[in-house]
Amino acid sequence: MITLGNYLVVSGILFVIGFAGVLLRRNIIIIFMALELMLNAANLSLVAFSRFRVGPNGLPDYNAQVLVFFVITVAAAEVAVGLAIIVALFRVRHTTHVEDINTLKF
Amino acid sequence: MLLVLFWTFAIVMLGFGAAVIVNRNPIASALNLVVSFLGLSVLFVLLDAFFIGVIQVLVYAGAVMVLFLFIIMLLDLRAEKVRKINWLTFGGGILVSLSLLIQILAVIGSTKIAKQPFPPLASPRMDDVRSVGLLLFENYNLPFQVIAVLVLVATIGVIVLSKRELR
Repeated sequence: MITLGNYLVVSGILFVIGFAGVLLRRNIIIIFMALELMLNAANLSLVAFSRFRVGPNGLPDYNAQVLVFFVITVAAAEVAVGLAIIVALFRVRHTTHVEDINTLKF
Repeated sequence: MLLVLFWTFAIVMLGFGAAVIVNRNPIASALNLVVSFLGLSVLFVLLDAFFIGVIQVLVYAGAVMVLFLFIIMLLDLRAEKVRKINWLTFGGGILVSLSLLIQILAVIGSTKIAKQPFPPLASPRMDDVRSVGLLLFENYNLPFQVIAVLVLVATIGVIVLSKRELR
């Protein structure tokens, strides 16, 4: 029997994979991909809770799915802006390695 | 049967997700991420969220990943050279991630509703695109229009950022 906990555990592990990617990797594009993994982990737990809260009419709670829709839209806009910033950065510094971008470092 | 499908696609998704952050080559990472997103969309379909599953494939596995691959190839990134690893920050990162994982698992383990199976849905099913659409255009009309403005601002921002000289 699939329980809510199964989905939450999978979502939690996916979030931790993304989190570890942001902390451990030094390539800015891979850090960005790890951010996407974390957003998707949050979406998975939202959809799991939506399916768990079945209303009296026998339908899942669609409010959570509308929120997921908004998250996906904002994430798509964020990816476009973030990649444009990375391209602008690459033009100036010719690197995507975060340790080479240390002008503000004390 | 559903349990087998769930674990198969959950393991596919997590395995390819882990491969994203392990790979040295950014293109291989991006392709692994596509497979991970496809596995995630199957999990959405298993949760009866067909609309979300479809836009996951269209927006993430389609549009977003094409953008990623396009930028990686535009910048002509090769596999990273092996650099000296700062073991202190590396160990710290692993420690923080593991403690976050333990914390999440502890919270899920101590929650009562996490052990309950999903309640059944009404048997003649209304299609969920219709339900989500009705909710989106009736209850969430204003946020929907705000999102439209946000996407417009993002588009203009990207054009300004990619101009040759920034003023």
